[in-house]
Amino acid sequence: MRLLTHNMLSSNIKGVTNGFPLRIEVEKVIEKQVDFNPDFLKNMCPKIEWKALADASRSLGYSELPDEAPESSLLESEEFLKKFHHALLELQLEEGALVCPETGRKFPVNKGIPNMLLHEDEV
Amino acid sequence: MWYLCVFYHRLLDYRRPEIESLAQLFGEENSYSNFALEWKIPKHHHPDSPFHFVNLPSEDVARSVANRSILVKGIYELWGEGSSYEELEEAIRNYPEERKLPYLSPESTFKITVDSFGKVISFQEQNDRIKGLSYIPFKGRVNLKNPEHKFWLIETDDYGVNNGLPPVVQRRIFFGREVGAADRKLLPTYQLKSRTYLGPTAMDAEMAFLMANQALVEPGKLVYDPFVGTGSILVAAAHFGAMTMGADIDIRVVRDGRGPDCNVWSNFKQYGLPMPVGLLRADNNLPPWRPGLKEVFNAIICDPPYGVRAGGRKSGGRKLLKGAVDPYTVPDDKRVGHIPSTAPYCLSECVHDLLDLAGRMLVMGGRLVYFYPVLREDNSTEDCFPEHPCFKLVASSEQILSSRYSRILLTMVKIGPYSEENALAARIKHLEFRENHLKWLEDGNLHSSVFAPADAQLTASTDSRLSKEPKPKYRGKYV
Repeated sequence: MRLLTHNMLSSNIKGVTNGFPLRIEVEKVIEKQVDFNPDFLKNMCPKIEWKALADASRSLGYSELPDEAPESSLLESEEFLKKFHHALLELQLEEGALVCPETGRKFPVNKGIPNMLLHEDEV
Repeated sequence: MWYLCVFYHRLLDYRRPEIESLAQLFGEENSYSNFALEWKIPKHHHPDSPFHFVNLPSEDVARSVANRSILVKGIYELWGEGSSYEELEEAIRNYPEERKLPYLSPESTFKITVDSFGKVISFQEQNDRIKGLSYIPFKGRVNLKNPEHKFWLIETDDYGVNNGLPPVVQRRIFFGREVGAADRKLLPTYQLKSRTYLGPTAMDAEMAFLMANQALVEPGKLVYDPFVGTGSILVAAAHFGAMTMGADIDIRVVRDGRGPDCNVWSNFKQYGLPMPVGLLRADNNLPPWRPGLKEVFNAIICDPPYGVRAGGRKSGGRKLLKGAVDPYTVPDDKRVGHIPSTAPYCLSECVHDLLDLAGRMLVMGGRLVYFYPVLREDNSTEDCFPEHPCFKLVASSEQILSSRYSRILLTMVKIGPYSEENALAARIKHLEFRENHLKWLEDGNLHSSVFAPADAQLTASTDSRLSKEPKPKYRGKYV
């Protein structure tokens, strides 16, 4: 599971007011190379919740991202884009769990696929 | 500028929408809601004919459209047409010199192909026809393998009624310079026959590419399939350069596949395509998106489950949702590895959820492309498809699957931002739609209509197709 996906997910259990962002429990992280596409990154950046991405990448062992969301001028810097690209698309959680910040319920991640299905009593 | 567009004679309803979508993709027009091309039919031709004239902004656009398409046999700059070879010669002689000379120059290489529709022209006759064009001053060298300029002499005739082709009334002959053509080699490469990981409802390669073209897929875009299954639709999108993402409620299909070398990832590896950026197990009825998330996808392309060959499921136990059992809590020690119950997901609710998801998650101008089933016995000429205030329907193409039912590929463009009011209006429309139309949208009814025994159908419908009369030779949309 890449951090792009993690940035879009939240715990929507019945009764939970704020299920975002999900805390990451790491069991296995891998890094896989992905083709660099600056246009895609520039389009995605405004839609990302930056602080969640920065915290998540730190929990996967990558601390190069700044804590504050980048201004548009920073998006032109290739050095910044490469770091953004690495955190967003190249770090992958292969095994672990995503934890709801309110209830502590764990959504397992196996073989890179998060299981976000709710149980009957959470619907 | 007007071009002759010759289609492969199949999937008739899909031909023009594909060209219109690709013209929008490659054209310089920015308006996404009012785009339409001008079309004409050649003299004496039936609308189902593979021959159409289309007005495209420039030769560059025409070439890009043709080369990316799946159904175009060729787009040609027409140098002349006529009902006889004498008429053709006159037309070609009258065609402006400045349009012809650049392609006849001594340094160029060329080739002339003789083709026909509705008849067979023998090799000897083909050579005679080519010799008959000697009044055109070709100065270049002939190169049959890889010529710079390809010319086509195409004859259509009125033998159509006898061999299942559309009834073309009179003979018509065309001569033109090829500007572009579909790369049909894509199909043998991606055919499902040789796909590593298949499922019962994997989308056929040709159709997956058509859907990707309808969705304006190109590099830099993010495409989502909420019913990803084995990833057959995302493979087509990845081929055209997009980043892809998919979800499915069945975790076995999306995470496990049939083994470490036979799963969704293997399909992408097989063709050397970039892997999807995200695959997840999620329920489209209760999606796991964070509340502020919106306008992230450029296109949503999918084939929702309509209960004929695969039924849809959603969260919540069936008995629980109906109130047959009281709500229960899963005991803590049983939570790990608990497989949540799911309930049947009828088509109307599935489509409503899909429209709601698309309304929120598509960028403005983004496209939702999906299949919708219809029963053919209705014979209703007014099509009624699901609607949503955020969307405008720009194309609907029917593919007949059996005598009982068809599937329609719907292309919708997002023209208005999502809001609570829109969502509410959509929900009301959805309930009305369910009330007024199509009882078969509810659980199981489509399945039973499609698979009901034949005699039950005979008494119900007065359809002459099922009587003993011989079928008419021309089969129209059956191709």
